[in-house]
Amino acid sequence: MTAATVTSAARAAAAASRRGTPRSAAARDRRERAVRGALFGSALLSVATTATIIGVLASETVRFFGMPGVSVTDFLFGTTWAPLLGADKHFGIWPLLCGTFLITAIAAAFALPVGLVAAIYLSEYARPRVRAAVKPALEVLAGIPTVVYGYFALTVITPFLHDHVSERFGTFNALGAGLAVGIMILPIVASLSEDALRAVPRSLRDAAYALGGTRFDVSVRVVVPAALSGIMASWLLAITRAIGETMIVALAAGGMAAMTLSPTAEVQTMTAYMVQIFLGDAPATGVEYRSSYAVATVLFVVTLGLTLVGNLVLRRFREEYD
Amino acid sequence: MAPPPTVPAPAAGPAPVRSPAQLVAAAAPSSQGARRAVDRGFLVLCLALTALAVVILSVLLVTVWRDGHERLGAEFLTNYASRKPAEAGVKAALWGSVWVCAICALTALPIGVGTALWLEEFARPSRLTSFIKLNISNLAGVPSIVYGILGLTAFARLFGSVSADTPIALGDPEGFLYLKLPFGNGVLAGGLTLMLVVLPIVIVSSQEALRAVPRSLRAGALALGATQWQTTWSITLPAALPMVMTGAILAVSRAIGEAAPILVLGVPLFIRSVPQNLMSDFTVLPLQIYNWANRPGEAFHELAAAAIIVLLAVLLTFNAVAVVIRQRLRTTS
Repeated sequence: MTAATVTSAARAAAAASRRGTPRSAAARDRRERAVRGALFGSALLSVATTATIIGVLASETVRFFGMPGVSVTDFLFGTTWAPLLGADKHFGIWPLLCGTFLITAIAAAFALPVGLVAAIYLSEYARPRVRAAVKPALEVLAGIPTVVYGYFALTVITPFLHDHVSERFGTFNALGAGLAVGIMILPIVASLSEDALRAVPRSLRDAAYALGGTRFDVSVRVVVPAALSGIMASWLLAITRAIGETMIVALAAGGMAAMTLSPTAEVQTMTAYMVQIFLGDAPATGVEYRSSYAVATVLFVVTLGLTLVGNLVLRRFREEYD
Repeated sequence: MAPPPTVPAPAAGPAPVRSPAQLVAAAAPSSQGARRAVDRGFLVLCLALTALAVVILSVLLVTVWRDGHERLGAEFLTNYASRKPAEAGVKAALWGSVWVCAICALTALPIGVGTALWLEEFARPSRLTSFIKLNISNLAGVPSIVYGILGLTAFARLFGSVSADTPIALGDPEGFLYLKLPFGNGVLAGGLTLMLVVLPIVIVSSQEALRAVPRSLRAGALALGATQWQTTWSITLPAALPMVMTGAILAVSRAIGEAAPILVLGVPLFIRSVPQNLMSDFTVLPLQIYNWANRPGEAFHELAAAAIIVLLAVLLTFNAVAVVIRQRLRTTS
């Protein structure tokens, strides 16, 4: 194979230098520089994207705080979020943060352990044939658009909770939406954790088996600790996704910003509030509309913080085996 | 029964001790039988939870099919959305999705692959390079609705540089080549916004594809006197192309499913037309699904389910293409 590819490489290189190449070395250098510049430009676009996001969010947030009736202290410490109520408007972010936290906690409580166990099963227990069947199923789950999970929460999970668990679950509730978010992030945890587990070298498993460990001992006490950085990174990524998830909560969690941790309650997350504003008729210069930018800023800061922590965890706690 | 073996205390040290021997011994339950039981119990737990995932997926698919299949039919694909559920269809949303995803793919692919080429083939390790890499991994974690805000400001309004009331227009508003500044909430703004959403995915998967190309190929071309770009263009990129395309297809299938960024752009909820040019009003399938699912009443939920079937069918086709490409890659290499 190597010989063949090298010959083909040689042929292609020769063809390239015959065909589209300028004759003179100067022209060739010019083209080289132009290409280099274009590629560098596209790489810079991603930096420009981040800079623009930060710029837009910061300037709109500053404008929001400059509006009458809005104060930074109220926003950061207030516990009433009532932006649409006529003259008596309140902008305290905590109810939205609380709603986001509740949904994320429910999703994480379901998806993190289940995803990890599924990953352990796939990586350590499952026969290749089972793995070949389950892994694509996980990929299908990961590819389903989130609005579909929102529909699922609304038409299956919530009615199930209402009929079989408690009458107190209404059309919109935190548990139904949170479980749907959990189902959405489950494949992320399972797939990335499995990658981390499989990256643990065989020799560690062999050593543990040789010492008389059962499969449980080997996978849970040796392989999982060795892959801990990757597992934690997958957890953090999944939590970030849950915090930023929009369509499920917009459909199934309701539209009442409330300081509650009750799973039967109707809650509003930061993302759901943004949907309400951008879909609604709020005038683009009004204080309600501007408030969505301030909420977006908080959302951006929280998710960016978690992503940075995830990167740090991957780097700091990586176990190196050679 | 033999007493449990005494375990020597792990040596104190700055690094956590990760010797398999100590880990197995330190935490092992007392008897062989108990350990076997734990092992079997864990296997049962594994099987139960994995089965749970499969059951959830099946319930999801079965529910959607049960609710929606009666609404499916040629008319569902050729009718526009309507207040009367019996006459409603997804024509506008389907074509809107096609337009937006085409724009997304045509812009995200060159920019994403270009960035990956720069990072893998051209850039020297420097502070700027590692900053760009860190930045890309951070962008992948930004919620898609935040990209919607960026698209609204940057594309739909061009940062307010041109007033939307007096747009600069070019060409015939009915024609194919109509352009206006700012873009407003037309398909171009939607496609570019989704491009930003999927760009990190395209970049990272292209980087992995390029890394998988053996060094020897590049060395061979360079030794024959090819320049860096000639090597990249005629050797490295063709070798990486199948993997690049697989990643791009998965990225575009993510774009098809995105509703939040499009919603932020402020697209009108009722559209009874197919896009004519880059400035046309549009809606997309996920947004149409949201719209229907959000209405009370069985009839609209059935419509939402039928639209979900259409959306999943499109996604399945995309994934199948990606699998075929991956398979072909495996047989040729």
